[in-house]
Amino acid sequence: MSTKPTNVEEIKKELIAKMPTKVARKRAKSILPGTEMGEPIPEIQSNVRTIPGIITQRGCTYAGCKGVVLGPSRDIVNLTHGPIGCGFYSWLTRRNQTEAGPDGENFIPYSFSTDMTEHDIVFGGEKKLRAAIQEAYDTFHPKAISIFSTCPVGLIGDDIHAVARTMQEELGITIFANSCEGYKGVSQSAGHHIANNQIMKHVIGTDDTTPIEGKFKVNMLGEYNIGGDAFEIERILEKCGFTLVATFSGNSTVQDFRVAHNADLNTVMCHRSLNYVAEMMETKFGIPWIKVNFIGAEASAKSLRRMAAYFEDQELIDRVEAVIAEELVAVNKVVDEIKPRTEGKTAMLFVGGSRAHHYQELFKELGMKILGAGYEFAHRDDYEGRHVLPSIKVDADSRNIEELEILPDPERFKPRKTEAQMAKLNEQGVDFKGYEGMIEGMGKEAMVIDDINHYETEKLLEIYKPDIFCAGIKEKYIVQKMGIPLKQLHNYDMGGPYAGFNGAINWYRDIDRMVNTKVWNLIKAPWQSTGPELEATYVA
Amino acid sequence: MALLRHTTGEIKERSALTVNPAKTCQPVGAMYAALGVKGCFPHSHGSQGCCAYHRSALTRHYKEPVVAGTSSFTEGSSVFGGQSNLITAIDNIFTLYDPAVIAIHTTCLSETIGDDLRQISQKAIDDGKVPDGKHIIYASTPSYVGTHVTGYANMVKGILKGFVKKTGTPNGKLNIIPGFCEPSDMAEMRRLASMMGIDITMVPDTNGVLNGPLTGHYEMYPNAGATPAEIATMGDSIATIGLGRWATTEAVNYLDSEFKVPGKVLPLPIGLKATDAFVDMMRRLTGKDVPDSINFERGQVVDILSDYSQYFYGKKVAMAGDPDQLLALVEFCITLGMIPAYTVTGTPGKYFEERMTELLKDVPYDCKFKCGGEADMFLLHQWVKNDPVDLLIGNTYMKYIARDEDIPLIRHGFPILDRVGHQYFPTVGYSGAMRLMEKFLEALLNRLDRDAPETRFELQL
Ligand code: SF4
Ligand code: SF4
Repeated sequence: MSTKPTNVEEIKKELIAKMPTKVARKRAKSILPGTEMGEPIPEIQSNVRTIPGIITQRGCTYAGCKGVVLGPSRDIVNLTHGPIGCGFYSWLTRRNQTEAGPDGENFIPYSFSTDMTEHDIVFGGEKKLRAAIQEAYDTFHPKAISIFSTCPVGLIGDDIHAVARTMQEELGITIFANSCEGYKGVSQSAGHHIANNQIMKHVIGTDDTTPIEGKFKVNMLGEYNIGGDAFEIERILEKCGFTLVATFSGNSTVQDFRVAHNADLNTVMCHRSLNYVAEMMETKFGIPWIKVNFIGAEASAKSLRRMAAYFEDQELIDRVEAVIAEELVAVNKVVDEIKPRTEGKTAMLFVGGSRAHHYQELFKELGMKILGAGYEFAHRDDYEGRHVLPSIKVDADSRNIEELEILPDPERFKPRKTEAQMAKLNEQGVDFKGYEGMIEGMGKEAMVIDDINHYETEKLLEIYKPDIFCAGIKEKYIVQKMGIPLKQLHNYDMGGPYAGFNGAINWYRDIDRMVNTKVWNLIKAPWQSTGPELEATYVA
Repeated sequence: MALLRHTTGEIKERSALTVNPAKTCQPVGAMYAALGVKGCFPHSHGSQGCCAYHRSALTRHYKEPVVAGTSSFTEGSSVFGGQSNLITAIDNIFTLYDPAVIAIHTTCLSETIGDDLRQISQKAIDDGKVPDGKHIIYASTPSYVGTHVTGYANMVKGILKGFVKKTGTPNGKLNIIPGFCEPSDMAEMRRLASMMGIDITMVPDTNGVLNGPLTGHYEMYPNAGATPAEIATMGDSIATIGLGRWATTEAVNYLDSEFKVPGKVLPLPIGLKATDAFVDMMRRLTGKDVPDSINFERGQVVDILSDYSQYFYGKKVAMAGDPDQLLALVEFCITLGMIPAYTVTGTPGKYFEERMTELLKDVPYDCKFKCGGEADMFLLHQWVKNDPVDLLIGNTYMKYIARDEDIPLIRHGFPILDRVGHQYFPTVGYSGAMRLMEKFLEALLNRLDRDAPETRFELQL
């Protein structure tokens, strides 16, 4: 066995050594060391095409559009226009929990598809789509129907938007379409953007008559209620006295989206998947946004404080402090119990477009060290911070996605704060539109890798042997075959919630179990771990 | 409140909308079949989402590593064709992952633009991208035709096309093409053949690939599956048995027409009669006697059936799944005295209707069944709402119906996401029949116990 490389540069060389030259050259730009706090952050290559033949973690545009952003809305009939597979695979596999509420509408357990066959591919699928919308309406009477196109639909050129328009007129309910064919972008990310555009165009702010009561009204963007995360966040926000107008899009409803423009603050959890809506709502309605993180007890407390500071209300500020103090009692008790068993252990996280950042907080609370992290479908701003936005080059793939031209709404644009107030709050740490990205503060010894592939993963695991690895279902059993536990951070392996204070406790307990389980010591049979040993010898 | 609260008993004709499908798309079947070849790396020619979905689906079902490549189509490749992406992919795969074989399948996208895998593969060979002794095989798997079962069938044929030769020297072996079933089922078919002393070649064979041990090492290519060298000899075999009409007919016919290896297509050997047919066919094709050890197992099946017949008799079942499995299960239910009241499969095929009609002709009940298009779990659920059944059989998605209607569910088919066992314990052969009976009884008798009033709650049955 060769000696193990120890610093990031050496490890990087090892990772790309066997790759064909062109591949190696490309991958080299996506692998970096982390930085210390306050240090300049180098540029990382991200949001570029996956290399053909390379085993990737990524999914497609459709997955980001239907599976992530719109799918978790409970009262929309999400209709996949295409052959059966795409609709089938995005059926209930993301664990977006739902509580149907008083109206009882909940389409989450259903999968709707036009199930295109050869005939539709040859002669066009618009007729079938129209009929499917009619049948969905007749059978389910939903408030809204949203259509998603898959790869072949884009090729044969079905005009799904026209079908949506005419059917909306005919049926009198909200119907809109998403051109989210899988090949449109380099990953799920393109799909997030497309879905953002369509909810902005067709749903957000379409109800001005329903009054929204509440003194401190907020929206939660980029929270999908996986394993019940949003339920825990709702519990905390309510306890603090905030009014949650809409969650995008965990357990959300069309009505929530329609009145979302009544909120006075947008809070953004998953920056990648919903930053577009946050930006557009600020321009159109004057609602400022801040980045929050409810993963980790400390992070949750920090986010709550920021939200309270924004409203500049002493009563709210005091209440938030009281809630934090109360909640931390239980949290600290569990940390004290578990930390001695997790302290000093190591972790790596390669997931999503912000989770690899968020979850570092929880590991730190357990005294664990992050050896490496990266995103599956992020852009440079998710790594380096939003200040790099102006310097990001728009490539052909990004140009594929419509940029909506949003202007201040002539009647409804209402700045929530004056510029002076904003500036003052900014100084106090409320940090509007701020996102510092993942790399800062990770430290020089940590590896940052964008769009990690199977080959690199295997190498990293051999070199580092972390105590736990976080990724998705496709990676799970590969990593576990090596005797290293894998925690899924896309759907939590049926665990969760992990957000908020109760979520943090769940997490501590799950990680304790995973890094301290006996199972990995059972891999070798007694006769495999020692050499030949004679208990008795026959003497002739 | 019901989980599927919008499903009502009122059945409206649908012609375009599928709700809760009892099927999925071709490539996942192709990927599964390819994993049954030793040293084989499946590759999905299209955009990367399909591949991610198919890998996820197989991983969730088997709880085992499933790797595959994708051509990662861009908008450009969608317009100008995917040739250059595929050739790059082939080069990268051989360089980085060093497989013995790459098994390429198409997706909706590459099919719609009309990429020709035969021609691109030839170009890759001509360009020197395929190292000596390595292979590329391929299958066309457009998802808008057929289902995952069709994809499996197409790839099995692709595998044979890629390797089978005829030397003219008979090898005395029997070819077995298992249908879309579990690794455990493939192992059981092999066990039955070996009990009869028959030397077989099984393609594909996922036993040991998708139910492997935990060793502390990850092996991209487990030491299992049919080897290309073995597959190559199939043209010299005595005969071929294909188990499952949808999944194996193409392959069986190919060996017959190309290599003059006579073939028989039988139902998947689920249940007593289908297993009898399989054993009997092996006997007739090879001239080997059926040993007592097999008669013994068969006798055990009949014994359980006679001991517990009262609990099976007249119980109504609703099931969804693949046609090859369903036909065998329906037959087995009838053997047990049960009533296969409702059956749906998303996989189309005229034979399904013919065979179901034949199987059901003496069943004293107005049984309903449907295949293809709008034959989905939504329809099955509506039928069950109007006329409750005693047992449900189907994949994990059926658990919503099971809970809403308070009917026990036997998990069978693809995918099973939330339970273990299918990878390790067969439901084919006599031992599989015993396992199925055990599962049925467990569900029915647990139910009886649960619902029994105190006076009728009794120790012995
Ligand atoms: S695009 Fe076609 S091949 Fe891909 S997942 Fe969808 S149905 Fe399956
Ligand atoms: S980071 Fe996130 S994981 Fe991942 S949900 Fe956002 S979009 Fe997906």
